[in-house]
Amino acid sequence: MDSTIIIEKGIFIVIIFAITMLMAMYSTLAERKVAAWLQDRIGPNRAGKGGILQPLADGLKLFSKEEFLPDTPNKFLFVVGPAISMSVALMTSAVIPWGDKLHLFGRDIILQATDIDVSILYIFGVLSVGVYGIMIGGWASNNKFSLMSAMRAASQMISYEVAMGLSIIALLMMEGTLSLREISANQSGMHWNVFYQPIGFIIFLVCSFAETNRTPFDLAECEAELIGGYHTEYSSMRMGFYLFAEYASMFISSTILAVLYFGGYNYPGMEWAVENWGVNPANVIGIVVLFIKICFFIFFFMWVRWTIPRFRYDQLMRLGWKILIPLAIANIVVTGVVILLFDS
Amino acid sequence: MLTTVFYILSAITLATAFLTILTKNPIHSAIYLVICFFSIAGHYLLFNAQFLAVVHIIVYSGAIMILLLFTIMLMNLNKEDERHKSGLTIIAAVASFCLVAFVLLAAFLKSMPIIEEYYVSGEDYQSIKVLGQVLLDEKNGFMIPFEFASVLLLVSMIGAVLLSKKEEKISL
Repeated sequence: MDSTIIIEKGIFIVIIFAITMLMAMYSTLAERKVAAWLQDRIGPNRAGKGGILQPLADGLKLFSKEEFLPDTPNKFLFVVGPAISMSVALMTSAVIPWGDKLHLFGRDIILQATDIDVSILYIFGVLSVGVYGIMIGGWASNNKFSLMSAMRAASQMISYEVAMGLSIIALLMMEGTLSLREISANQSGMHWNVFYQPIGFIIFLVCSFAETNRTPFDLAECEAELIGGYHTEYSSMRMGFYLFAEYASMFISSTILAVLYFGGYNYPGMEWAVENWGVNPANVIGIVVLFIKICFFIFFFMWVRWTIPRFRYDQLMRLGWKILIPLAIANIVVTGVVILLFDS
Repeated sequence: MLTTVFYILSAITLATAFLTILTKNPIHSAIYLVICFFSIAGHYLLFNAQFLAVVHIIVYSGAIMILLLFTIMLMNLNKEDERHKSGLTIIAAVASFCLVAFVLLAAFLKSMPIIEEYYVSGEDYQSIKVLGQVLLDEKNGFMIPFEFASVLLLVSMIGAVLLSKKEEKISL
């Protein structure tokens, strides 16, 4: 293989890793700021100007805390749990197209770590593996509340994965491809999928809240019933990893929502910009546009968290199995009929 | 380089498969089985069969093993719960394993490794477009077996629903 490609991809992967970490770090600050704003408070403002260094202070605090191991016979699995959560949350970013291409040093650089044929299925695979981090950690804690919480998280994630997969199928029938890069390219201009698949988008949005264990689906960390949830026994940076993984997967979920339904890096007039301003400026604007969309969805996640109260567990299961799945199947049927009638 | 990867993956697959049946703790053996499934997905990737590898991970590691782990964690299996297995069961298990091994061996000896030809001719044999045509084509594809497999899944789903209903309702 060409060694320049390896170097190019290596640099790109490091940049994506750094950006994901940075976004996850500052999501923690943004969450507290948004919460403060919605509750008419000021929020953290002591570390740095306007609290800009707060995530660093939090990280430093978590690193310097005492690491405590509970009396469990599964010390290895206890350590592995948060590691799985964190690495799975970071793995998804490998197939996301962050932009079309840049023309640097006399060669076209494709802004995607790897373009595989089945990138949507890859994302689903990684998501389904993400449950292991929570399950193994909760079980190895040797604590009944942790186990209950891990069970809740796992059953919720499995249930909503079904509806999520079904909501995607209608989109795939329209696009005819599983590659995120081609799906992004198909949405050029204002042909965003959200206008063609509004029901699919809503189902996908609800399911991504459930997949990331965010309010109103955060029954896994229901403090009144389960102490702290599956990370009750965790301390120091191990707990930090669980919390951090939640923010990282929130960032990735927002990215997938933006890429699948909101046009990815496309913006109105992108072809015009490519012709008149050149490839590089047009695509840099594309990356910025993608990040604006992502930031909007991250804000949306937080907005919902501080607005809507938590569901009860049976309500959550009823919503997943009795409302979202039939709705997704109906959406598939309607999409299929429309494609047959108007597209052929 | 691919041969080295193959040997490493095979070592992991075999080791975790043996650990699955040798460990006493049911949770540990389930986790070993998950690692085994992952390394099998790695074998698929060595053949460049991306779709197969990803679907294998989604179905086996992502769904079946999670449900299995779920059940084991909730069942709280202890030593005293384990029933003593009679000698006949062990003999039956060994016999059925030998039969399966015999069939597999015969299949492997008879099979023609066609993948080398694909490598030489550069023909597309793994992308979803080709797979979809092979699976869902009505005339020369596997449409009918595919539909039968889905009917089989439907039947097992109905069976599961029936089992989970209350006893008095089924036994009329």
